[in-house]
Amino acid sequence: MAISFDTHPDRYKHWTLEVDGARATLTLDVQPHGGLRPDYELKLNSYDLGVDIELADAIQRVRFEHPDVKVVVVSSGQQRVFCAGANIPMLGSSTHAFKVNFCKFTNETRLYLEDASERSDLKFIAALNGTCAGGGYELAMACDHLLLIDDGSSAVSLPEVPLLGVLPGTGGLTRLVDKRKVRRDRADVFCTTSEGVRGKRAVEWNLVDEIAPRSKFEEAVDARAKAFIDAAGTARGPAITLDPVAPTIDDDGHLQYTHVTVELSAATRTATLRVRTPDTAQPTTADEIQAAGAAQWSLRAFRELDDALLRLRMNHLDIGLVVVRAEGDVDAVLASDKALHDNKDHWLASEILALQARVLRRMDLTSKSFFALVDEGTAFAGSLLELALASDRIYMLEDEDEAVTIALGPANAGAFPMTHGLSRLEARFMAEPSFVGRALERMGERLAASEADELGLITVAADDIDWEDDVRIALEERVSLSPDALTGMEASLRFPGAENADAKIFARLSAWQNWIFQRPNAVGPEGALTKYGQPDRPTFSWTRC
Amino acid sequence: MSLTDSIPNNVDLGSDRKLLRALEKWQPKFIEWWLEMGPDGFQADDIYLRTAIDVDPKGWATYDYVKMPDYRWGIFLTPRNEDQFVNFGDNAGQKAWDEVPGELRGILRRIIVTQADTEPASVEQQRQLGKTAPSLYDLRSLFQVNVEEGRHLWAMVHLLHQYFGRDGREEAESLLERRSGDVDKPRILQTFNETTDEWLSFFCFTMFTDRDGKYQLAALSESGFDPLARATQFMLTEESFHLFTGETGIERIVQRAAELSLQDPNNDARAQGGVDLPTIQKWINFWFSSAVELFGGEISSNAADYFATGLKGRYREKAKYEDHSALRDIYEMNVLRDGKLSQEEVPLRNALNEVLRDEYVADCARAVRKWNHTIKKTGFEFELALPSRRFNRSMGMYAGASFDPQGNPITPEQFEANRSKWLPTAEDRAYVKSLMVPVTEPGKIANWIAPPKKGVNGQPFEFEYVRFNRN
Repeated sequence: MAISFDTHPDRYKHWTLEVDGARATLTLDVQPHGGLRPDYELKLNSYDLGVDIELADAIQRVRFEHPDVKVVVVSSGQQRVFCAGANIPMLGSSTHAFKVNFCKFTNETRLYLEDASERSDLKFIAALNGTCAGGGYELAMACDHLLLIDDGSSAVSLPEVPLLGVLPGTGGLTRLVDKRKVRRDRADVFCTTSEGVRGKRAVEWNLVDEIAPRSKFEEAVDARAKAFIDAAGTARGPAITLDPVAPTIDDDGHLQYTHVTVELSAATRTATLRVRTPDTAQPTTADEIQAAGAAQWSLRAFRELDDALLRLRMNHLDIGLVVVRAEGDVDAVLASDKALHDNKDHWLASEILALQARVLRRMDLTSKSFFALVDEGTAFAGSLLELALASDRIYMLEDEDEAVTIALGPANAGAFPMTHGLSRLEARFMAEPSFVGRALERMGERLAASEADELGLITVAADDIDWEDDVRIALEERVSLSPDALTGMEASLRFPGAENADAKIFARLSAWQNWIFQRPNAVGPEGALTKYGQPDRPTFSWTRC
Repeated sequence: MSLTDSIPNNVDLGSDRKLLRALEKWQPKFIEWWLEMGPDGFQADDIYLRTAIDVDPKGWATYDYVKMPDYRWGIFLTPRNEDQFVNFGDNAGQKAWDEVPGELRGILRRIIVTQADTEPASVEQQRQLGKTAPSLYDLRSLFQVNVEEGRHLWAMVHLLHQYFGRDGREEAESLLERRSGDVDKPRILQTFNETTDEWLSFFCFTMFTDRDGKYQLAALSESGFDPLARATQFMLTEESFHLFTGETGIERIVQRAAELSLQDPNNDARAQGGVDLPTIQKWINFWFSSAVELFGGEISSNAADYFATGLKGRYREKAKYEDHSALRDIYEMNVLRDGKLSQEEVPLRNALNEVLRDEYVADCARAVRKWNHTIKKTGFEFELALPSRRFNRSMGMYAGASFDPQGNPITPEQFEANRSKWLPTAEDRAYVKSLMVPVTEPGKIANWIAPPKKGVNGQPFEFEYVRFNRN
């Protein structure tokens, strides 16, 4: 079943988004029989990918369509339960690949929520009006302020280890000790206590920021929302409308967007991802950026790219290698980028840059090999050069008349940090940090293969005699390697340098989770995840490894 | 009197430092709670109460006048002679646990806390009822139920104190902090937050809600955690009086309703100052449907876990069943699909809540048959009926759908159109409440209820079961 990421508040099944002045309220009321697949029931506000796709959409729409919103209250429409986390029968009946992709997407959504808090003057309040377990608490921890109802029974908990034999893998363990700085021994107790912690102790341990009795709960939420609104900056806007970006899909499964296409080759297990540069005049002033709205290339193309990456991940599991091609006119990209960077104090320009950054991070975190091919007609410049820098290798044609060029722009100078905080140039030149500045000095110049090679910006410069064979052999060799080994290798090589909390979620927590997801103690016939909800209990193998 | 002397027990309290330390703190808080939330206005009166001072038949039914705050709440476990074993589930055949197995701590704690929370809750729900008792006999029954619910709280708190360390002590304190119906600190289960402000509801509560308690306790009395099994076995001996109070209470109101109907030219018991049978039927519908919720989800992984671990068995597990694994069988469950009921197969372990509910429903049906027999004997023609378990549900598989009292699927509109026919209306409640006038003279009884067939402990109905100490 192909999954679509295209949705709209009018079509949400599980969330409602209400906006009232500077305050938005996102209410979770999961429809038990509204899951993506019919074989599980979403009880107790537990979620599946469909629920999270709506959440991601809602956060994005608040940023673009309600820029004057300063605070988002995330709450539940169900009595006595905020959210019970990811649906366990859904996980239990999903393939390993789906589980991994599901967790990755939900992790990205929570990081996106934190990114909105950091970059969009937008604060999130988790209004925990009832039991908040597992993924429910992980979602809450992604918010800026956790307010838990103090009714003598509602608790926050991470019961994955004791109940399911897996990890709170949506950033839970990491946020607990890195973000909320819960003392590690208390965190140890908390993560092995299935019933969780409630009331005063939850505050004392910094598991939540505030508690309020039921009769004062709404009041406390309102007061906190008002405090955030009062502390926020001036209103932004006016709003724009995000039109749908879903592609047309032809009989061969190729995806056709306005600026992006994805061609699939099942036989070679490769895809070609093409992004075309703008072919019409793009805005240059703040007013023009505002007026162009969702139609401007810089926003539209990257939203399409985002959708294409998600579909590649979820719907095309056997595609191992993505050939990346930016096509069109170098100057057109640089001009579009320049307008955004010149006007980055304008709310919409700033939002577009934040979105581009996020899409590029999505690419860094995609478990597929990316090879950028720079040859005739390509336009790897500025924001599109980041696609090449995010790729595992860059092949560039060394043509005699030096028509094939790349170009650096402000987009390459730290505007799009990777998950662990470095720019892609910084991550590239770990041994010679000065090379970053050396390359950026050439900003705006068109760099032919020999210069690009000298600057360390490309992997291989091949002349027209070698090009075809070099590229073909590289692609064929790549797709012949073990996909598992490649995934682990790429995830390790793409992120040199120190970890931060965000990076740890993927590099440490997700990696361990994905290991556990393969282990018999979780998913074997006697494993805890397999046995959850079944009549009999799990049996563990006691080997520690 | 020292703490050890004031608490009758068979758990060697005097030499148990752990238990003594816990109780020294908890006991004064319990008395505070009792004075604040126990029966309102009767704490200084002498009540003819049964106190358990030992577990043998002679000891557990000692009757005397006592002021309720001086009641000797005790700690008793049914004694054991021989080794006990886990009798069902995946651990069947192992020696029963005398201590909490670490791996079962969370699940056991949840079982015990949930059970424990219901005990003080019902005392809180009933705290105003004494003011409108229809006779001294009934007033005494109310207080007997109340003090024994208090003792059942002690029984569960003993387990928390004795076996769960600091965590258990904190839970024991929380049990005294939650309040029935309190918006901020409600009791855990919703039924225990409903008001019980007239005697028909009290009898329905002790008939239907306490009867859930009986089946829960019976299932726990099969437990492989031996202290829980022993504590609940002894609780069951007391619980039977509560059920007796409810079942005979309704029977006496039913009998009186039939008699008054016969007396009235229009067969209208209300015109004769009684509760009419259709009104009683509405109360039965309401309380039964509320009580069946307490058994939990029809298909439940918790139920399967409780059984698999050997902590909660079926009703009369050891005596009634041969296969104690419950792994091979399936349960045919009535499931609503596309507006129609159909039978679906569910692994037996996941259906154990429903299996226990079956026992309960059959028991309730037996009581209704008995009440119908009572009506028949008066010569009046009317039949009460137990509603279907699907009727008026707000939790579990049937919640969200509408069913008539016979259990047939209907539309929400049909349900609403019949709501006032099937369930108590505000007007019905006001009428029943209007009948609640206290009768405090020995041997006298309110008009809307028949006297009991016999008194308590061989005493006549006219006995002075409560001596008021009022100025």
